[in-house]
Amino acid sequence: MAEKYIARSKAIAARMIGGETMVMSALDSTFFTLNEVASTIWQAADGRTPLSEIVAGKVCQEFEIDRERAQRAADRFVDELSQHGILLVSDQPLIDSSASSESR
Amino acid sequence: MSLLAEMNQKALNLGLPISVHLDITYRCNERCVHCYLDHDDHGEMTTAEIINVIEQLADAGVFFLSISGGEVLMRRDFFEIVERARQLLFNVKVKTNGVMIREKEAARLRQLGVEQIQISVYSHRPEVHDAITKLPGSLRKTLRAIRFLKSQGLKVSIANVLMAGNFSDQAGVIALAKELGVHYTLDPTITPKMDGDRSILALQIPGSELKQVFNNAELVGNVEEFCAPPPAPDEDVMDGYPCSAGHTACYISPYGDVFPCVQFPLPSGNVRRQKFLDIWHHSTQLKEVRSIRARDLPTCSTCAHVGTCTRCPGLAYMEGSMRGPSTADCEKSFQRTGIPSANMLARARTSSTGPLIQIQLHAGSEQDGPFPVEITSPEGLDGIRAHA
Repeated sequence: MAEKYIARSKAIAARMIGGETMVMSALDSTFFTLNEVASTIWQAADGRTPLSEIVAGKVCQEFEIDRERAQRAADRFVDELSQHGILLVSDQPLIDSSASSESR
Repeated sequence: MSLLAEMNQKALNLGLPISVHLDITYRCNERCVHCYLDHDDHGEMTTAEIINVIEQLADAGVFFLSISGGEVLMRRDFFEIVERARQLLFNVKVKTNGVMIREKEAARLRQLGVEQIQISVYSHRPEVHDAITKLPGSLRKTLRAIRFLKSQGLKVSIANVLMAGNFSDQAGVIALAKELGVHYTLDPTITPKMDGDRSILALQIPGSELKQVFNNAELVGNVEEFCAPPPAPDEDVMDGYPCSAGHTACYISPYGDVFPCVQFPLPSGNVRRQKFLDIWHHSTQLKEVRSIRARDLPTCSTCAHVGTCTRCPGLAYMEGSMRGPSTADCEKSFQRTGIPSANMLARARTSSTGPLIQIQLHAGSEQDGPFPVEITSPEGLDGIRAHA
């Protein structure tokens, strides 16, 4: 299966509070809150690190979740946010001007 | 509870500011008759100072950032400020009169991902709108801006401040908003000037017209529900706080002064001298605002409207006490429900200079029966009514 690379869109507003992340699309004002696991993937979505590496290196280690389960959940999360243009997904590294580099 | 309300509650529990209103200038190209600001520049923050403040706000957890004025485009660095705010992933709302927005500015706002632009429109008629802004041609330019912004796909909201002078044009502004495909909000509150001058309150619409607003289903939805008598307050209501001012929101002036809200001129610190989070966590003024619960309000805690009133602690502060009533909100509660507030009843008692018992003889009608007599005791508006 091809690798997935994910990056945060620039067309969003986002802020982490108390371990969760609020994300709102500037395109359609869809509002999401991400739990701690989803926030970890969000923070690591730099467009250069493959999703599988984020899952193995961050999610599985920080939350002690088995890899297969974590990968399935991460894929669903990425599909959902990419449908709203909040996450950009590619099978190549994303060094794109439409991706956000700053997240707090 | 909506996701947004949940996050707001979470911010409240964590003591985080989630929303900040930042005025970047008080200078303006309009001179609106009801404006509460002094438009002279008394030493606005520099670009670097403002950018430093918004970086601090991002680190403090602020998500919603309203950038307002004055007229924001009077600052040459406006787009630089918005660009930095968007890099920091704020949800940015811009308040403007739109006069200086043309195609280029609208495209830039779109490119930067601004969430919403709020524009003041006082009438659909140039002679009324321009008389309020005191800027000839301002309505034409404002509407031109709205069309440019809409053509960029931006969300635009018309804010219609209602005054005695433009009340009759309200339906025209609603129709204009529909025609332009933008959201409409109205505000019937005139705020005293920041220096305490209350003379502009004379522009307010009278109570009878406020009642018309509250009975307009197009504006309030279900009128019966909106105007229903208030339910008896429970413990949660009495332990509640009046609004988000100082709890999850605050206001920063172009001079760096921090206040609980733009409508609550209680100086609580200055970001030129202190870090924003030091002010947020340690200001004695903000701590005092946060300590107040509904049960602590001497008059309002006894009022039937305590659980449903829109009481503004800032307006109350400008009337003399942040724990006191805000008479503008008393009037709103009264006009909405027909039930006088505790403050109104108290004022009626103290202002009564007439005889202890008044007897008025009315001409009879079939419905009332012959010789109805209304007896109003000086106890106030809920006096004794009897029919002879």
